Amino acid sequence: MSKTAPTIDIPPNQLAPADVALIGNPNTGKTSIFNALTGLRQKIGNYPGVTVERKSGIMDGPEGAVATLHDLPGLYSLNPKSLDEKIARDVLLGESHEDGNIKLVVVVVDAANLSRNLYLVSQVIDLDISVIVALNMMDSAENAGVHIDVQALSKRLSVPVVPIVATRETGIDLLRKEIFAAIKNPSPELPDGILSLDDTISTSIAPVSDWLIEHTELSSSARIAEALRIISSDISADVWRQIDGPPDCLAHFNEFVADARAQLEERDISWRMLEATLRYRQIDEIYADTVREVRPEIDSISVRLDMVLTHRFAGPIIVVVLFALIFQTVFSWAEWPMDLIESAVASAGAAAATQMPEGMIRNLTVDGIIAGVGAVLVFLPQILFLFFFLALLEDTGYMARVAFLMDRLMKSLGLSGRSVIPLLSSFACAIPGIMATRTISSARDRLITIMIAPLMSCSARLPVYVLMIGAFVPNEPVLVIFSLPGVTLLTMYLLGICAAIAAALVFKRVLKQSDTPTSFIMELPPYRRPSIRWVLMQMYERARIFITDAGQIILAISIVLWFLASYPQADSTDNLTPRERISESYAGQLGHAIEPAIKPLGFDWKLGIGLITSFAAREVLVSTMATIYNVEEASETSVDLRTALRNETDPVTGERVYTPLVAVSLMVFFVLACQCMATVAIVKRETNSWLWPTIMVSYMTGLAYLASLIVYQTGIGLGLG
Amino acid sequence: MCSLDSLLPGDKAVISSISGKTNEEAHLMEMGLLVGTQVEFIKTAPLGDPIELRVRGYHLSIRRSEAHAILVDKI
Repeated sequence: MSKTAPTIDIPPNQLAPADVALIGNPNTGKTSIFNALTGLRQKIGNYPGVTVERKSGIMDGPEGAVATLHDLPGLYSLNPKSLDEKIARDVLLGESHEDGNIKLVVVVVDAANLSRNLYLVSQVIDLDISVIVALNMMDSAENAGVHIDVQALSKRLSVPVVPIVATRETGIDLLRKEIFAAIKNPSPELPDGILSLDDTISTSIAPVSDWLIEHTELSSSARIAEALRIISSDISADVWRQIDGPPDCLAHFNEFVADARAQLEERDISWRMLEATLRYRQIDEIYADTVREVRPEIDSISVRLDMVLTHRFAGPIIVVVLFALIFQTVFSWAEWPMDLIESAVASAGAAAATQMPEGMIRNLTVDGIIAGVGAVLVFLPQILFLFFFLALLEDTGYMARVAFLMDRLMKSLGLSGRSVIPLLSSFACAIPGIMATRTISSARDRLITIMIAPLMSCSARLPVYVLMIGAFVPNEPVLVIFSLPGVTLLTMYLLGICAAIAAALVFKRVLKQSDTPTSFIMELPPYRRPSIRWVLMQMYERARIFITDAGQIILAISIVLWFLASYPQADSTDNLTPRERISESYAGQLGHAIEPAIKPLGFDWKLGIGLITSFAAREVLVSTMATIYNVEEASETSVDLRTALRNETDPVTGERVYTPLVAVSLMVFFVLACQCMATVAIVKRETNSWLWPTIMVSYMTGLAYLASLIVYQTGIGLGLG
Repeated sequence: MCSLDSLLPGDKAVISSISGKTNEEAHLMEMGLLVGTQVEFIKTAPLGDPIELRVRGYHLSIRRSEAHAILVDKI
């Protein structure tokens, strides 16, 4: 956020720099051009209230001139179908002043894919803003047999067109020169809109365009273009229906739109096709006049790669193997830094303890704050390494292929292929998984994906499974080649997946919106060499967001949990064992208090304490049980801890407290419950509301309680107690 | 004349009709699929859906249900 972003120093004795917007279709190399123009002087943040990334940077011009370049989200059209597109549209139409008063727009265009890219160019030119077209990837265009007459194109569009190869920084200086020339001498007469409408269409859209006079400061050609968009699309019309104004003004608007559509329909013109038909008719003419196309006979490298990577059989196998390798690598790479962070936090705590006088402040510092900071930092290695691979694959273009291969599976859940990566990542950890949902363009799909991601069995559940299976599940063969512990573990993973499927189907019904059926219209961009700089920026961004935004919440919760487990503190003269101390703490009292509620699940008050403390993170259950049983070695493979759990007897009845049935019930609870404060914190960050984390904790805890209840009571009924 | 989703890998066709009745079709038109546009059917995803097309020199993935409303003439 702004307070943490580095400030950009503007040299004194200069006027405020001009604001220039950089826009373009996704996959046009916009980011490389932004980096080439601004260097390292970038500021990254978010648009207020939303999670759309916002980037701006300072660009140097001749004679000490500077300009601020705003990198807007990638978009295909000014008709906003996603939040990213809505933000870019608002900035360009002058409805959002977050990015200053944009007077010049640089549209980045993929030269190899000129025809479709010209759609956005044509829309932007009609806004009556100065436009420069940055014709990027000229080299790939030539290789693909697309030869563009740059001067002719510039003439037809009436705007400067600069040929560029951003990856080799060719043409960047020329682009910079054109930008500052346009800032210095704004052309007095802008082209009068690129689109020519015939009289009947002009007459039909005139009332809507006139209505816009009262509500905007758009020029006449921009008004005509926006009116055309409003009539052609309910999405654009709905944007205007949201604005504040007297009710009759909205009534007029609806009436004008309905009239215009009715008039068009009378003449057999489909209003939904109007803008696209008119613009592409003109684009096809310009394209024919300025581009000579000799598509080569041999297939491009991308097409040949896809023969394997999206092959009917090889494709899915490669996805599974690749992600298995990635997770394996993330685990093994992350282990060492995670251990390092844990021991650094432990020694920082020990150092603080020797420096400070005994008392509440010391305990708060050591066990509350330092341990809480440790709880935040320990997630970093996994987040950084996972995003290293995810960003790398995204930048090559492979992620779009994963979505293509997996879309059919997700469609039955009411989601699209874009949800696959976040859900797969959640098997490692739900935090990066939830952070990876930003590539899902549909807001509803993204929300459902966030809500079900924590049901995937993450790595933090493994210690709980290992402890319980190790202590209570006998190592017996099942169907010759399997073993009972292995089958139990697999069942837990499958249970999580089944619960996620069920939850997705329920959320799909609850969040049903008639006007947004899930669709899957996605470009499969050519494979490209990834930019290490972009990958590093992505890693830095995720780490920054996690620490600054989620970190505060995690720290606050860990201090509360520390307080619950440490107070009220008995006299230090009482020689209490750790077990007695924790059972008399607030957490212990809570454990006793909730015992009647968790008894039907087979849990006693000691597990109750474990449920409370393990809200910090699931694996904390293991260390809490070790404290309660006074076991030195607090690990899930500890033989002492397993024996202590097995031998625990009820002092009254003399019966075993923990049975294999209790262990299964506890594991089921941990599969389904949202026992993770970091997940809660990141959901708050990514949905920008406390509503969704609250719903998540409630539904997951409810589901966990119900499932454990059924397991335990059925087990008792069958005499398995 | 047949619907776009009934093409086979390698088939080339020209779009002959789009009903323009849904927002998805309007979206496809923004992406450059219009009456008269040439499309090439590249492949089908492993589970039969979605499909991959080449249109205006780029590759686009759409679901069969979205392709079904578009009619084409094979060439």
